[in-house]
Amino acid sequence: MEALELTGGFFDPAPEAARAFRQIMTVMAKPGTILDLDQAEAPAPVSKAAATLLLTLCDPDTGIYLAGDADTDAVRNWINFHIGAPLVSAATCDFAVGTWEALAPLSQFKIGTSEYPDRSASLIVESDVLENQGAVLQGPGIKDRAALSLPETAAFQANQMLFPLGLDFYFTQGSRVAALPRTTEVR
Amino acid sequence: MSDYNFAYLDEQTKRMIRRAILKGLAIPGYQVPFASREMPMPYGWGTGGVQVSAATLTPEDTLKVIDQGADDTTNAVSIRKFFEKTAEVGTTTETSAATVIQTRHRIPEEDLSEDQILVYQVPIPEPLRFLEPRETETRKMHALEEYGLMHVKLYEDIAKHGHIATSYAYPVKVEDRYVMDPSPIPKFDNPKMEMSAIQLFGAGREQRIYALPPYTKVVSLDFEDHPFDPSKAPHACALCGAEDSYLDEVITDDKGGRMFVCSDTDYCEKRRAEGHTGDLTKETAA
Ligand SMILES: [Zn+2]
Repeated sequence: MEALELTGGFFDPAPEAARAFRQIMTVMAKPGTILDLDQAEAPAPVSKAAATLLLTLCDPDTGIYLAGDADTDAVRNWINFHIGAPLVSAATCDFAVGTWEALAPLSQFKIGTSEYPDRSASLIVESDVLENQGAVLQGPGIKDRAALSLPETAAFQANQMLFPLGLDFYFTQGSRVAALPRTTEVR
Repeated sequence: MSDYNFAYLDEQTKRMIRRAILKGLAIPGYQVPFASREMPMPYGWGTGGVQVSAATLTPEDTLKVIDQGADDTTNAVSIRKFFEKTAEVGTTTETSAATVIQTRHRIPEEDLSEDQILVYQVPIPEPLRFLEPRETETRKMHALEEYGLMHVKLYEDIAKHGHIATSYAYPVKVEDRYVMDPSPIPKFDNPKMEMSAIQLFGAGREQRIYALPPYTKVVSLDFEDHPFDPSKAPHACALCGAEDSYLDEVITDDKGGRMFVCSDTDYCEKRRAEGHTGDLTKETAA
């Protein structure tokens, strides 16, 4: 095992998880907002922000799907050691991590059911760019409009049409995070 | 005395609650099931709100707890002390100084900001429960947006009383999709739910969490010929003279004497400190 597989967890778990969650909750409640999220570190290519998301939200009750280059032995070992979450297929996962290209097609993920729309997957999209320009966002959590660099618009428009079913997205770049829930209208 | 978990709950429980809060924010007004834990206080003391607060608080937070608008009831004081001890948070009674406000049955009069979180204690999260006792059925009704019965019930009010008599827990529709119970706040507070702060709702006994992101569309159910009316008692506060706040009726003697005072005690105290007076305080202030 490489050293980083055994390190990179929370230094002081309870308060650090609490602080990380507040950042995560804030970006989910306010789509387009970009915040720092850097409490955890996983082996490459997983970003600090994605590592912190996984460590804060996942445990043996949540299935994780590692897409494309994110699926390495080192990352698997890190998840086993720090999180204990089962590594599962795209179709059954609760959380998925990977680049936008690696996560495609979105149709393979759970979107919930009409009685339980919460039984859906959350996708952590590792990004090269994360900034407040590009697609225009409107919807709950946004005062007038917001802007966020998204890999495309059509997929998010199609996802929003599924509401109240659908996927929720986190975008991570280095130690920063933004989110896009299924309610956001994207133009 | 550090035998407590941070904010009382173990990490796995907090993660489960946190995941439910995030789903709630992603699907505003939808009731997310969660596995409620035993808390060191009885149900009815807001164990749902306490669990949501426990999963939300950080050591840097300043917590305010109100019960029907007041910071000094036994319930509010106990919850405040509980989190001072288990989460080492600071506490306050000042609305604007709080980062997290846990509430039972009121929304503060003062506008909340984008940096604040309002956590509601919810006794019965299902707005359709009095129409349909079976959870499997109400879940179906929400899935199919079958809200006709709800309107029928409100309309029966109008037929019987000439107006909609429901004055607490007045149902709202969120983002044109889910009918939601705002918890037993007075309908006077309903229009405030379209606010800048994050709103989280926790029902302990019923094991449900739901949420409203800032600026979410929240519309009180009504009819074209009977529009929603959030009005309150037509009085001014006897202590601070406020005409725009929700008032509690207080019996002053056994001869039927009564007065109306702000239910939001922090709001009332702040106004009096600014020099505002009401009928009861005018003479002494003059
Ligand atoms: Zn007053």
